[in-house]
Amino acid sequence: MPSSDLIALLPLLVVAGTSVVVMLAIAIHRSHRLTSLLTLIGLACAFASLWVARTLTPTEASPLLEVDSYALFFLGLILAATFVVVILSYDYLEKQDVNREEFYVLLLVASLGSSVLILSAHFVSFFLGLELLSVALYALSAYVFTRERPLEAGIKYLVLAAGSAAFLLFGMALVYARLGTMGFPQIGALLSGGDQLLKDPLILAGMALIVTGVGFKLALVPFHMWTPDVYEGAPAPVTAYVATVSKGAMFALLVRFFYQTRGVTLGPVFLVFSLIAIASMLVGNLLALLQSNVKRILAYSSIAHLGYLLVAFLAGGRWAAQAVAFYLVAYFITTLGAFGVVTVLSSGERDADALEDYRGLFWRRPWLAGVFALMLFSLAGIPLTAGFVGKFFLLTAGVSASLWNLVIILVVTSVIGLFYYLRVIVVLFATEEPAAEVAAALPPLSASGGSALLALTALLVWLGVDPAFMLSVIQRAVLSLKGL
Amino acid sequence: MILVWLIVILLGAGALAWLAGRFGAEWPRWISLVAAGFDLALVLDFWARHRAEVEIIPQGRWLAEFNRAWVPQYGIHFHLAMDGLSLLMVALTLFIGMMAVLCSWKEIQKGVGFYHFNLMWILAGILGVFLAVDLFLFYFAWELMLVPMYFLIAIWGHEHRVYAAIKFFIFTQLSGLLMLLAILGLYFVHHHATGVYTFEYSDLLGTPMSPRTAMLLMLGFFVAFAVKLPMFPFHPWLPDAHTEAPTAGSLILAALLLKTGAYGMIRFVVPLFPGAARAFAPIAMTLGVVGILYGAVLAYGQTDFKRMVAYTSVSHLGFVLLGIFAWNTLALQGAVVGMIAHALSTGALFMLVGQLYERTRTRDLNQLGGLWATAPVLSGVGMFFMLGSVGLPGLGDFVGEFLVLLGTYRAHVLLTALATVGVLASTFYGVQMVQRAFHGPNVHHWKIADLHGRELLIMGPMMILLLGLGLYPLPVLKTFSPAWKSLERSTRSVVSEARR
Repeated sequence: MPSSDLIALLPLLVVAGTSVVVMLAIAIHRSHRLTSLLTLIGLACAFASLWVARTLTPTEASPLLEVDSYALFFLGLILAATFVVVILSYDYLEKQDVNREEFYVLLLVASLGSSVLILSAHFVSFFLGLELLSVALYALSAYVFTRERPLEAGIKYLVLAAGSAAFLLFGMALVYARLGTMGFPQIGALLSGGDQLLKDPLILAGMALIVTGVGFKLALVPFHMWTPDVYEGAPAPVTAYVATVSKGAMFALLVRFFYQTRGVTLGPVFLVFSLIAIASMLVGNLLALLQSNVKRILAYSSIAHLGYLLVAFLAGGRWAAQAVAFYLVAYFITTLGAFGVVTVLSSGERDADALEDYRGLFWRRPWLAGVFALMLFSLAGIPLTAGFVGKFFLLTAGVSASLWNLVIILVVTSVIGLFYYLRVIVVLFATEEPAAEVAAALPPLSASGGSALLALTALLVWLGVDPAFMLSVIQRAVLSLKGL
Repeated sequence: MILVWLIVILLGAGALAWLAGRFGAEWPRWISLVAAGFDLALVLDFWARHRAEVEIIPQGRWLAEFNRAWVPQYGIHFHLAMDGLSLLMVALTLFIGMMAVLCSWKEIQKGVGFYHFNLMWILAGILGVFLAVDLFLFYFAWELMLVPMYFLIAIWGHEHRVYAAIKFFIFTQLSGLLMLLAILGLYFVHHHATGVYTFEYSDLLGTPMSPRTAMLLMLGFFVAFAVKLPMFPFHPWLPDAHTEAPTAGSLILAALLLKTGAYGMIRFVVPLFPGAARAFAPIAMTLGVVGILYGAVLAYGQTDFKRMVAYTSVSHLGFVLLGIFAWNTLALQGAVVGMIAHALSTGALFMLVGQLYERTRTRDLNQLGGLWATAPVLSGVGMFFMLGSVGLPGLGDFVGEFLVLLGTYRAHVLLTALATVGVLASTFYGVQMVQRAFHGPNVHHWKIADLHGRELLIMGPMMILLLGLGLYPLPVLKTFSPAWKSLERSTRSVVSEARR
């Protein structure tokens, strides 16, 4: 492997190195503050090294990994998101009665797995990244093992994720059996070669199984069963991580894989994705109506949001890729912000996930409630927030490809979505007094958690008011994507 | 640049009012009042200085303009512009905004800072709607006024406020998203025809497209505006929202938010899709007439004072819709005068109901009665505005309805005749309301305070303006006239084709 490849992979190496350093540091001296600081420094270094790697793009560091500006953009996104999760986790873990330090090692390993997913241009790296991410997530979901719920979430995630990984592997094997290659560009070249291949049952079955595996990670209907339970059970910062980094990395891969291999142009694949998108939008939004647990509401809403993303994904072309990337950025900020509020309100005994925990919060903690309300408005797609601009771009992409059915379903279901976002908002701003024990249990807001939320809010509004800069960054990034 | 300042001042004052709420309830009130008053002064000053220009501006030019690239990748501009129509609406918005601050002076005691934040931001959103000529910016402002209005109803409203607020939000949001789809459709149709991606209003005018496409896109816009207007059968949110909102909320809903619907029809629906609008006109006009009669009949049947006034809005805005789709000079002039007159008379009635409610704690017409003896000024003012609402000659509403009927007569005789019945019907509810609230025996032995200083300060200017509009509507007509000429020009080719 030439040294230039190592430089191109510097961000990954830094993340991997940090996890080793953090592990050794824990062995030498167990200190929560030191561990989290080391993690933050490592992530910041990895983020900075993106600019070093950028000088070499686009390049293929081995047949497995492709370092282009598209990948670097998403790397930056997940590194920044992990950074925020670390900050949120610090306060959260301080309140927990467990060993705190190893949490950060797991988090770094999970981010390494996500990074590999984003860079992968080959089935091998795809699967490697996925497993690296998943295994770390099993442990993270069950990290606060003194409570029942996290344990349940961890085991549920383990069983289902392992099952879906098996489907994915089998799908890869089928495609390989027919085409004799596992690299995305080679698969793309073969598929665009002949119509015969496009109707081949082995290819179609393989693609369907790959869709299953991907759909599980993205929590798309009908592979969404784990989502509400894991979201509810896992510690709040881990939920934030699962909702953002793990899904974002997988979506980046989805776009790369299906655009590069032109798999999305296969009639049956397109149809399946359309049905999945429709089902996700409908099921996610309708089932969210029935929930009274904030984490579960956000879980179902995330199912719906991934459905919205699929609409733009299916549109294909320049509009679609940039809409997807922008929406993911908005979705990251919003989801981290929403779970961030849940995190800072949580105590050592339980997470603040009951709707009652939020009753009248605005009158006692106006800033915190204001941040939460803004995040919910962003999810609902109301102006001044990134979510509005993101949804606008999604719709633009959908209309540009004349996907009218999907677009209209998107519009109607997002109006249904308004109901449950407004339900939470109504509670936040309720004027009647909350139960005494709820009012008394409000934990104080730490400086780090508060500043993280403030930064997210500032970003949310900045992207909502002036998206031009972010859009130009995204446009440069997606230009490198092959198969647009 | 003045256009940006108008909006920025309101946004800034809102934020300031929220923060100042910590130091006492008086601060937010004064800050909001001064901000709205200062904005109004700016507009009136602008109007006075550009008097000559306002009345004979060359066609197709704006009185004032502000244009900056916003999201260049999508061809989105931050483009505000004002013509005579916008000028009238902006002045009305700021005037009513001041009244809204004044009329909630005593009514709002909880969360005063946040309340005024919402109030100022609604006004800013409404100004944005009246001034935006980039369709993305327009949609942005259109959605922006929604959230603060939702809070206004959901936090400071009456008993069923949450239900009403959510209903309002859902209706508007769904119809707004349909409009967004239509905007995007137009955007791509325009690109298909010219190769340019733009949301600019003046560029999108006259985009060539097939009649079927035009009809679908036109309906997307139409539905959004019809919900806001509100047009029968898209009105069910209105009685609830109006009834449950606090006084200032009802005032802004009736006087301003409904006008954004009418404004959208005039500015966008007909000029952007003249052919489709012409084909659709008979249906729209029929629905307008249905609204006139339906609103009047339901208003007659209400026992809740506020709900009754709400239904009269459905009736009055039916006239406006009728006038807009008749699309000739007289009818349009009538529609615009009608919009302003309705803002004054119905807005004042809502404030009056609010004042009555503060005194009696009831809005039930059966509980009231015989108030004239104990509060003669209040009752007299109430009768004045009710007479305005039923279209008494000499007051603004009469001019509006008369011109609309005159204009519509040339377009459709039968519908005009039916609409005239609506004028008659309004007399029933008007007289009945005055009778039940103010005359008759005072069975419940009400002894209430009459209107005092601040309330007279609110009602006085409203009465003067309504009377002025009724006796001498020429300044309004003259200001609107150049704007109308350029609007009409963009639709002329289609209309003359249809004549041939």
